[in-house]
Amino acid sequence: MSEMEKMHAIQAINSALHQAMAEDDKVLVLGEDIADKEGGGVTGTTAGLSTKFGTDRVKSTPISEQAIMGAAIGAAMAGYKPVAEIMMMNFTTVAMDMIVNHAAKLRFMSGGQTNVPLVIRTMTGAGWQTAGQHSDFLEGWFAHTAGIKVVCPAFPADYKGLMLSAIQDPDPVIFVEGGGTFFIPNDVPSDQGPIPLGKANVVQEGTDLTIVTWSAQTVRAMMAAPAIAEAGISAEIIDLRTVSPWDKETVLASVEKTGRLLVAHEAVRNFGPGAEIAATVNEELFGKLKGPVRRLGGPTCAVPFAKNLETAFIVQPDDMVAAAKELMG
Amino acid sequence: MTELSNAPKPDGEALKDIYRRMLRIERNEDEILSTIRKGRLTMPYYSARGQEVIPATVSHFLNDEDQICTIYRGVQDMVAKDMPLKPLWAEIAGRVEGTCKGKGGGMHITHPETGVMVTTGIVGSSMPIANGLAWAAKLDGSDRVVVAYFGDGASNIGAFHEALNMASVWKLPVIFVCANNLFAEHTRYEDATSVDQISKRAIGYGMPGFTVDGNNPDDMYAHMAAAVERARSGEGPTLLECMTFRFRGHVLGDDDKYMTKEEKEAAMAADPLPALRQRLVDDGIATEEELASLQESLEQEVADARDFGLAGELPSEDELRRDVFAEEIPA
Repeated sequence: MSEMEKMHAIQAINSALHQAMAEDDKVLVLGEDIADKEGGGVTGTTAGLSTKFGTDRVKSTPISEQAIMGAAIGAAMAGYKPVAEIMMMNFTTVAMDMIVNHAAKLRFMSGGQTNVPLVIRTMTGAGWQTAGQHSDFLEGWFAHTAGIKVVCPAFPADYKGLMLSAIQDPDPVIFVEGGGTFFIPNDVPSDQGPIPLGKANVVQEGTDLTIVTWSAQTVRAMMAAPAIAEAGISAEIIDLRTVSPWDKETVLASVEKTGRLLVAHEAVRNFGPGAEIAATVNEELFGKLKGPVRRLGGPTCAVPFAKNLETAFIVQPDDMVAAAKELMG
Repeated sequence: MTELSNAPKPDGEALKDIYRRMLRIERNEDEILSTIRKGRLTMPYYSARGQEVIPATVSHFLNDEDQICTIYRGVQDMVAKDMPLKPLWAEIAGRVEGTCKGKGGGMHITHPETGVMVTTGIVGSSMPIANGLAWAAKLDGSDRVVVAYFGDGASNIGAFHEALNMASVWKLPVIFVCANNLFAEHTRYEDATSVDQISKRAIGYGMPGFTVDGNNPDDMYAHMAAAVERARSGEGPTLLECMTFRFRGHVLGDDDKYMTKEEKEAAMAADPLPALRQRLVDDGIATEEELASLQESLEQEVADARDFGLAGELPSEDELRRDVFAEEIPA
């Protein structure tokens, strides 16, 4: 048994970055305010890196998202493994050409002559009253883009293990840091190694109903779990961890067993990733379902500012309990 | 134009090399256009006829280690950098023998062996990526330089401004080479650009910027020599605004209605390609026989490449699942 250390998500990412930079001198870190002179990142996620590894490898940048992504893409093509921070996920909109037309596509469009092994670290989530331009979960946009992987962890150990894998992955990865997962300390093994991308984690086993979720919504599913159990429902909770490519095998095996599926995410429900999962389950398991697949997600509006509206925007544990009861009829 | 003091001048060998690269561009383009007209190539083609001095002189200063990021009007940039023509032709013909296995096409050619790292179809996007390649060169402790090619229209997109600022702050070995052909697609320079010279924008980013006669090999040579020296010695980036004119419109089939007949005729009468040929002969740098033989060998190279490209195999549909990720997507 390895020793356990209590960490929250930000500490786990920081630990992964320290480990990756120490193990591989091709790993670079860049982004706005990320060096220690600027505070080691606005949430301290990159604290200590520039002091330890120097400002050639750990570079604070101008507020220039296109230039940040361009620098990361070029360095990645030349053999480096850059971890570029785009501070908030909404700010990726400013760099979409670099991410979508270049990072994601250059391997294919060059016939495999070049590749872009970079990681985009980006933070998001409702619950902090940061409203419509600092809160969106846009994982569906990137999952819809061929050539980029999308990772959305929920637990500190996963943050560390998935970050270690993302950095060494030969393809671009967008690594989503959900605000709703921060500041909940959890055990991380002191020797936590890489956790493979594309593998879901069954965080609670059950037989009546499968709940598929990720990032902050996994935290809320765990909060809903006792009430669901109290209602006499045995729910299997799957933390997808990687939204693209997603672990169909684990999800299909679970739904085949339970016959019922609830997909819940913080992103807007319409055209959200839940639709892809629901459609796949319908295609693969139509005759084996005991009822229609149910999706929970945000309403079709911008994330609102007013606290009561923001709370109503988020799929709350109570909403998940109610949906589970409905699914059981 | 910006005068340089103690400007280095190209000797006979340099002029001959620049002419060879220009002629290779022009002969290759001529064959591409003729093959498109015969219906044997189907591709949008963005001609750079008239602009050859720029990439020919830039490439004269680059070695195989040096890298370029270019744009959709970029075939001349890779031909000038001595990319082999066979994988280029197979690519524009959409064949699996193409440098990108037929998955990129003429607007998106990559050929890392000769330093052609990215050809982008998005205006302005060559510049931020060039910065990253240049950052890598610095981290490697290498003296290689990176050239970002773009047009005057691209100096109005955000990527230009972000990239120039970062390159200057980080002192990156990048040379920003703007071919100012006076038209952003169909729009006249002065109708869309806030300054009379793009080189003035360099001032705002704290880097040297020069407006150069892009049709004049001596002027291009002098400025490129200085820019390469600056980049290799760690002094950082340079912006070269190279004045030129596009003879064949924005894209093949464009009827140039936005140009006046007079300005186009004047530009074509001053065609820099025959002018340099005449100079080589007049100054005794090359004989008629030598130049005829050069032309013949380039035409043979182009014809061989065309035949190779057109005879290639179409890519298998399995290619749709390859190179999306490192690992092939299962069928």
